[in-house]
Amino acid sequence: MDTLQRLSENMQKGNADQVARLTQQAIDEGCEPKTILDDALVGGMAVVGEKFKKHEIFLPHVLLAAKAMHAGMDLLKPLLVKDGIPTIGKVVTGTVQGDLHDIGKNLVGIMLKGAGFDVIDLGRDVSPEKFLDAAVSEKANVIGMSALLTTTMPVMKKVIALAHERNVRNQLKFIVGGAPMSKEYAQEIGADAYCYDAVSAVESVKRFMGAH
Amino acid sequence: MRPLLERIRGGATLVGDGAMGTMLFERGLQPGECPERWNLERPEVLEEIARLYLEAGADIVCTNTFGGSALKLKQYELDSRTEEINAAAIRAVRKAIGDRAYLSASCGPSGQMLQPLGDVSQEEMSESYVRQITAFAHEGVDLICIETMTDLNEATLAIKAVKAAAPGVPVAATMTFDDTPNGFYTIMGVSTEQAAEGLSEAGADIIGSNCGNGIENMIKIAREFKRHTSLPIIIQSNAGLPEMHGDSVVYAETPEFMADKCRDLLDIGVNIIGGCCGTTPEHIAAIRAMVNERGA
Repeated sequence: MDTLQRLSENMQKGNADQVARLTQQAIDEGCEPKTILDDALVGGMAVVGEKFKKHEIFLPHVLLAAKAMHAGMDLLKPLLVKDGIPTIGKVVTGTVQGDLHDIGKNLVGIMLKGAGFDVIDLGRDVSPEKFLDAAVSEKANVIGMSALLTTTMPVMKKVIALAHERNVRNQLKFIVGGAPMSKEYAQEIGADAYCYDAVSAVESVKRFMGAH
Repeated sequence: MRPLLERIRGGATLVGDGAMGTMLFERGLQPGECPERWNLERPEVLEEIARLYLEAGADIVCTNTFGGSALKLKQYELDSRTEEINAAAIRAVRKAIGDRAYLSASCGPSGQMLQPLGDVSQEEMSESYVRQITAFAHEGVDLICIETMTDLNEATLAIKAVKAAAPGVPVAATMTFDDTPNGFYTIMGVSTEQAAEGLSEAGADIIGSNCGNGIENMIKIAREFKRHTSLPIIIQSNAGLPEMHGDSVVYAETPEFMADKCRDLLDIGVNIIGGCCGTTPEHIAAIRAMVNERGA
C-alpha cells in the first residue's frame, strides 16, 4: 500500500501520530504537498464526512479524524505557502450573537478546511458587526452562520441586512445552518444557501466558488 | 409525602413539568443571556413558573439549573457563583410548591467535551458537577435529574457526582436521541441499549429520554428502553421541532395531541411523563387529565 493511501486511512481512523509520521514520509519521498493534501487528507476527510452524513459514524469519530487531519496539515501548510498555492476560497464562520453552541459550526469548519478552503472561525456569540468586519478585512468569499436556538436565528437576518447597509452584500455569499433552521427560513431571510449538514455546506461553498 | 421512588414502585405514574426555557423567553429572557442568572435577579419569575406547573397538575417540578454546573456557568463568567445560583433556584421552587410536589433539580450538560475529543479532563468535569450537586444536597431536593445528555461518559460522571455529593437522593438520567436510518443514537453515537446499560451501571435510579424530535419518536424510544431495562422510565418530550413563523417560534404539537399520544407511554409502562422544550402548563394539564382518566 502506498504512503498516501496509508496516510488517508490513518487520518480516517483518527491516528494523529501516524498521520504526522506518514505526512513527513510522503514529503520525504518527494510527493508534491498539494498532492498529499488533496489525495490523502482532503480525500480522507470527504470519506469521513460522507460516513457521518449517513450516520455510519458519529461525532467522536469525526473530531478525532479532524485532529489527525490537522496533524498532517500543520506539516503541509508552510510548504504550500512556500509553493504559492492559491487558496480556493475563504470562509468566515461563527455562531450568531446570543448563541453559545458550536459543535455544528466547528464541524462545518473542519469539513471546509478538509476540502481545502481557508476558514476564519470567529467562534461563538458573534455580532453582525464582527461578521462583516472580519469578512471585509479578510476579503472572504463566504460567511457561514450557525444557530442552535430558535431565539438566536433572527440574528442571521440582521447580519444579511447589515451587509446590504454596508454595500457588501454582492461580494459575499451567505450560508446558514443549525438544528432549528429550515430551507424556508433561509430563503425568507435572504441567505444564499441553507445547509442541512456539514457536507452540504461544503457543496454549497464549492458551488459558489465555481461560479466566481 | 411518600418518597418518590416508593410511589413509583407502588405503581403510580407521575407527571413531570414542562419547559423552562420556553417560559423564561416568554417572560423576557434575552438570547445570549444566562438563564440561571435569573435565579439571583428574578427569583419571583421562577416561583411563578413553578406555581403554574404545580397548578397544572405536575407531581414533579424542576429547578432552573439546567446550565448550573460550574463549567457551563463559566461560559458566562458566573462559575464563582455556582453555589448561590443553584441554591437560589431551589429556594424559589420550594417556596412555590412546599411539599405539594416533588422538587427535581435539573442538571444539564457542561457544554464541553471530554478529552481527547475536547479540552476538559474527567477530573474537571466531575468537579464541576460535584459543586452544583453539593449545592442541591445542601438545600434539600427530592430528585436530581441529569438530562439532555449525549455523551455516556459525561452522564456517568454526573451520576457519580450525585452518589458522592448527594448520597441517598434519587437520580434520574436521560439522554437525547436522533432518529437515524440505523436506529436511535445520540450525536455522540450512544444507542438506547448502550444508554440503558451505561446509565444503570453508573447508578441511576430512573432512566429514559428527554428533548428530541417530538412525542411520536419518544414513544419508540420508550419502547426500546422498556426492552433494555427493568428500572423505572422517565420520558420528557419536546412539543415537536420548533418552527419559525416570522420572528416568533412555534412548536407544532398541541396539548391535546401530546396528551393523546402519551396514552401509548402509559401502555408501555413509563413511570414519569413530562415535557421538554415547547411544552407549557397547558400541555402538562392535558397530560395530567389523561393520566387521571386512565387512573394510573
